[in-house]
Amino acid sequence: MDEILLQILNGLDKGGAYALIALGLTLTFGTLGVVNFAHGALFMLGAFVAVSVQNILTISERVRDESITFFEAYKEVPYLEIWWGETGTMIIDYVVPISILVAIPVMLLIGVAMERGLIKHFYKRTHAEQILVTFGLAIVLQEIVKANFGANPIPTPAPDIVSGSAPVGAWLGLSENLVYPYWRMIYLAFAAVIIFGVFAFLRFTTFGMVVRAGMADRETVGLLGINVQRRFTIVFGLAAVVAGLAGVMYTPILPPDYHMGMDFLVLSFVVVVVGGMGSLEGAVLAGFLLGILQSFASMNEVKQILPGIDQVIIYLVAVVVLLVRPRGLLGREGVMED
Amino acid sequence: MSDKEKFGTLSRRGFLKASVAAAAAGAAPMIFVRNANAFVNEPKGGTVTLGFNVPQTGAYADEGADELRAYKLAVKHLNGEGDGGMLNTMNPKSLKGNGILGKKVAYVTGDTQTKSDAARSSAKRMVEKDGALMITGGSSSGVAVAVQAYCQEAGVIFMAGLTHSNDTTGKDRRKHGFRHFFNTEMSGAALAPILEKEMGKDRTAYHLTADYNWGWSQEGSIKKYTEALGWQTKAAVRTPLGAGDFSQYITPVLNSGADVLVLNHYGKDMVNSLTQAVQFGLRDKQVNGKDFQIVVPLFSRLMAQGAGENIKGIYGSTNWNWSLQDEGSQAFVKSFGAEYGFPPSQAAHTCYVQALQYADACERAGTFNPCGVIEALEGHKFDGMGNGPTEYRAEDHQAFKDVLVVKGNEAPSSQFDLLKIVEVTPRSKVEYAADMEGYAGNLGSCNA
Repeated sequence: MDEILLQILNGLDKGGAYALIALGLTLTFGTLGVVNFAHGALFMLGAFVAVSVQNILTISERVRDESITFFEAYKEVPYLEIWWGETGTMIIDYVVPISILVAIPVMLLIGVAMERGLIKHFYKRTHAEQILVTFGLAIVLQEIVKANFGANPIPTPAPDIVSGSAPVGAWLGLSENLVYPYWRMIYLAFAAVIIFGVFAFLRFTTFGMVVRAGMADRETVGLLGINVQRRFTIVFGLAAVVAGLAGVMYTPILPPDYHMGMDFLVLSFVVVVVGGMGSLEGAVLAGFLLGILQSFASMNEVKQILPGIDQVIIYLVAVVVLLVRPRGLLGREGVMED
Repeated sequence: MSDKEKFGTLSRRGFLKASVAAAAAGAAPMIFVRNANAFVNEPKGGTVTLGFNVPQTGAYADEGADELRAYKLAVKHLNGEGDGGMLNTMNPKSLKGNGILGKKVAYVTGDTQTKSDAARSSAKRMVEKDGALMITGGSSSGVAVAVQAYCQEAGVIFMAGLTHSNDTTGKDRRKHGFRHFFNTEMSGAALAPILEKEMGKDRTAYHLTADYNWGWSQEGSIKKYTEALGWQTKAAVRTPLGAGDFSQYITPVLNSGADVLVLNHYGKDMVNSLTQAVQFGLRDKQVNGKDFQIVVPLFSRLMAQGAGENIKGIYGSTNWNWSLQDEGSQAFVKSFGAEYGFPPSQAAHTCYVQALQYADACERAGTFNPCGVIEALEGHKFDGMGNGPTEYRAEDHQAFKDVLVVKGNEAPSSQFDLLKIVEVTPRSKVEYAADMEGYAGNLGSCNA
């Protein structure tokens, strides 16, 4: 029972990350009709916003280790700690939450710049060309990050107060072995809030209504005198913010490295396809579904019966879903079909 | 005119002829190279070219960059530039600081990308197009085994870089390949007594293992030695390489009854699985009345940085560490530190030693002919290069030397002081028979 509960939590947590990335991917695809292979890079850039904020907050006075003479070895004491003592330590400790505030404008800017500077020139080109150019962009962004931050993962811990595990079992009157990291629960709640926020924005605002109308029939909305293009640019920025925030929040779980976006990209495309191209609800549903399935497939009991199933389950489910429902779980006829 | 008339039809005979012609054309570079020289890429002018095949892109790019730094330093020292580094401490030494056999050392580089096929292609390019006489480097056992096999076919020497799987000098050993780095068998043998001392004999281990050649080798060795101590193995679960999120593999550990988690992971996988295991509270747990422990059998200082605080107090093994105080290590650290401003990694050390030992073997043999060089390296004993007395065992071309057992430093004095040496395990404690069960292989013969 404990094991099943833990795997459900794992699946929801993993699904939260998949859903957040797939949500942005679907928004871009649904509004602009662009297959954006650089979307994973936006997730990675978000994580590196957190790394950059951490680097800034921990600018340090270097105390030279005099016992080492062959090169400069030193112990670093952040200026924030020297100046403000415990308050400085606390600010550094909260680097990830602080990074969220920084990531919103930064990622919005990156998203808008990406759309205006490059993507808009490829709206009328084939999907193959869009894939090539955005994939190329992703590689360029990766290499820039690698050149500046190196190839190794960089630790970006969660605040101390939530760095351990919550006694979920004790809370529910179950086994004491049933524990789950606080930060993962926070991530899940955060994903839920962001997903709800995006849906509310699209559902309850005039801006959202126009975007949804544009997603359904871009030409008609344009004929009504509404500048759909400008709104779609903002949607691209919004998708970048969602991906970036997912990246920032994921840093304590997965120490960021330049390749982390690519690792998530393929899975996110599978999530979008399984959910149904252009369906936001589908992306979220498929994200959680595939996350949970992946977690259960990794259980020893399952792997004993079907060795290696954990490595193929997502793709297996994608094949089955596409065979049974070619438009994905919630895909509709006529949407994203020429 | 139909397409058939225009292009004609391809008969079976025609197809076979075309295939033979294509194969001959493909093999041509090697045929010409062999016919023109006594052996592949025999140096004719005043220089000799070495091929440094390291990961310049991909997950191990930082480690590859450090390997390349070490090779460049080795070339400098071989050519009589700089402070000489370990040339001043290696013993015996035939090198004179005037290149190799009087020829100035030049080099070409290749990018393994930590992919076997890419590594093989870059090695092939360096041999066939750039005239490299010897290939060295790499940061993966899969790559080492593939490149070693290629070098055997091509008739050049392969001095392996960082490769830790038993197979490199075990079942996949080759006459043309030599390894200075230690292996999983040695890690197991060196770690077991320390694990017994620190954790006792009554332990239950749970293994998470990277699902590829090195991971299996590491898991097998640690299981073998810990079970010999009396430990039980609760489960050994294979995890996909580059899984990223290991939570679904870590949660079963919580209820398994195991009190030790062995992470047979390297690089990014190690950083991620260790970070996540700590987040799941494993290090704060008490199981069977004992403190829960995590073991990382293969440590790398470069990679350990990614795990941050989580590495503190964790036991593992390593081939070499810059903090060693012997004369050879100090000479290398001084030289490397002066050149680059930071200490070398274990990958840099093993690559530097391999380059120097190859060069020294050429001098001793008095020839660049691989058969002569192999003879000079087989059974060669040396000292003063950081690991105590060392020998390239003739039977499998594995270097036997001291192995370091380390633990994550709990009170580092600097940003480089991540690993604390717990024990220097002598060669005698990590030695095994070359034809040991599951380890035996066939070197084959010299191909020149």
